Amino acid sequence: MMARRAAIIQRSVGVDYSLFERGRLGFDYEAMMAEAGYSLEQTRAIQAETGVGRTPLLELKTLTRLVRGFARPGHGARLFVKDEAANPSGSFKDRRAALSCYHARRHGFAGVIAATSGNYGAAVASQAAMRGLKCIVVQEVFDSQGLGQPEIVEKGRRCEAFGAEVIQLTVGPELFYVALLLLEETGFFNASLYTPFAIAGVETLGAEVAEECLARTGRSPDVVVVTHAGGGNVTGTARGLRKAGAEAAMVVGASVDLAGLHMASDTDFNRKSFTTGHTGFGVPFATWPDRADVPRNAARPLRYLDRYVTVTQGEVFYVTEALAQLEGLERGPAGNTSLAAAMVIARDLPAEQVVVVQETEYTGAGKHPSAQLTFARQQGVEVCRGAPAANVPGKRIAIPRRPEELSVTDYPLADLRRSYLKQAVKASGVTAVGQADIAFLAEDTRGTFGEVVESLEGLGVRIGEE
Amino acid sequence: MDQGTGMERGRARRGDWVQIHSVVLSVGERSPAVPPETAAVSLELRLKGFALAEAELGAAVPVRTAAGREVRGTLVAVWPRYPHDFGEPVPELIPVGGELRAILREDPHDR
Repeated sequence: MMARRAAIIQRSVGVDYSLFERGRLGFDYEAMMAEAGYSLEQTRAIQAETGVGRTPLLELKTLTRLVRGFARPGHGARLFVKDEAANPSGSFKDRRAALSCYHARRHGFAGVIAATSGNYGAAVASQAAMRGLKCIVVQEVFDSQGLGQPEIVEKGRRCEAFGAEVIQLTVGPELFYVALLLLEETGFFNASLYTPFAIAGVETLGAEVAEECLARTGRSPDVVVVTHAGGGNVTGTARGLRKAGAEAAMVVGASVDLAGLHMASDTDFNRKSFTTGHTGFGVPFATWPDRADVPRNAARPLRYLDRYVTVTQGEVFYVTEALAQLEGLERGPAGNTSLAAAMVIARDLPAEQVVVVQETEYTGAGKHPSAQLTFARQQGVEVCRGAPAANVPGKRIAIPRRPEELSVTDYPLADLRRSYLKQAVKASGVTAVGQADIAFLAEDTRGTFGEVVESLEGLGVRIGEE
Repeated sequence: MDQGTGMERGRARRGDWVQIHSVVLSVGERSPAVPPETAAVSLELRLKGFALAEAELGAAVPVRTAAGREVRGTLVAVWPRYPHDFGEPVPELIPVGGELRAILREDPHDR
């Protein structure tokens, strides 16, 4: 099976990844992105056909006032949120699915397949329905006792509501093996989250944020906060911001801290109250993007992150409640990870600056703080009021007592870069690298040439051509 | 017979919407990347479709899926209901709205 993998991927994505390989471990990222073949303007037009995008940018005036109440005088930036829940299937993932489904239809595929336990499944199912394509979504839902994570059960229901076949699996990374078998059996298009199509689709989100923010406030966004998991949200948004002239916007990735929980563990699986937007995806996908289901991942977050922070599960539930109670927006919870971080970031910035939270997601049965916290208690997780530091992933969820308790923890980008280089050396098996390899690694980690050389030497890799 | 729905749920008739179960990878076939507790259990699959034959719960049955595939598995549910909901009221969250509004009322910017 694994021997046939490359041929199945090439046929089901329609991209020959070998064309972009350069040197011993690099590849031409921009050439691969161009291969998607859709410009920002074409992508906007394709998305408009199925009602994707052009979501409202809402000013969170009451939350801004709340933040200014505990900020230093003259501080507390204006908070805005891009209400991505207004997309047809209820999240920004419609943007990622739109180009894949359009492309699949145009190239005569009968259907699409996506391996995802997230909102992306519903997005692919919805876009497939609009384009007259069949759809199969492969999810990781149950532990070995047959107990389903409520958030994922709901996402599966939504896929079925749009007419998709939903394959529900127990815990394990072999989900991608099952998806590969299905691609071979059906001949459907591989609507992977990590193709150039999926990332180009998010660029319209960054572009809309840049343009609407300028039109509404007279300034480009100072900071854009992005919930970070697999890296596509960060990558696509940052590329879109740049294409629309907001090059100076600081891009901050935010993930829920789930340190200590193993993502492939049958017993840890139902002890987490967030199934996406967490460090269990955020860190590994930043440090080794090519772990994805395509040979070269188009989502490369280290290229675009200016800062990476973590927040606790309790803080995200708290701001989810605040968003509903003070702004009248019942959204998330997982999509509000960036909002939790944004409130802390805004606190420390001058009042005239603008912080944009670039997504919301729909709320529903199972996908709601009360559903998740009820489930957590049933799994033996303690729920209490307390400072963020009291949170212990899988053991205790502490809901802040006051808004000034909200905090972020910086995850040093230098640590992510070092980890990336270690993985790159391990995966490629190289013992020596040339100038072109170093240049690629510096570009892919946004590090300097000197930093890369120093790290590689520390890993025992010889510098210079053979 | 289910009193609430009038649906027969102990056995499937041809054309009923059902859920089937199968084992994809047995213990010993799991990826070397999984931790011990996951390696100790099989990778299981659940799938819904229209029954293509009559079957009792626990018996093998072929189904036609929404994507048009014919798949065989063990019948585990007939007209399966969605088990998820909004859960119990959460005492740690319900007061939050009132607390935040009280803070805003004390805010000097608000006077």
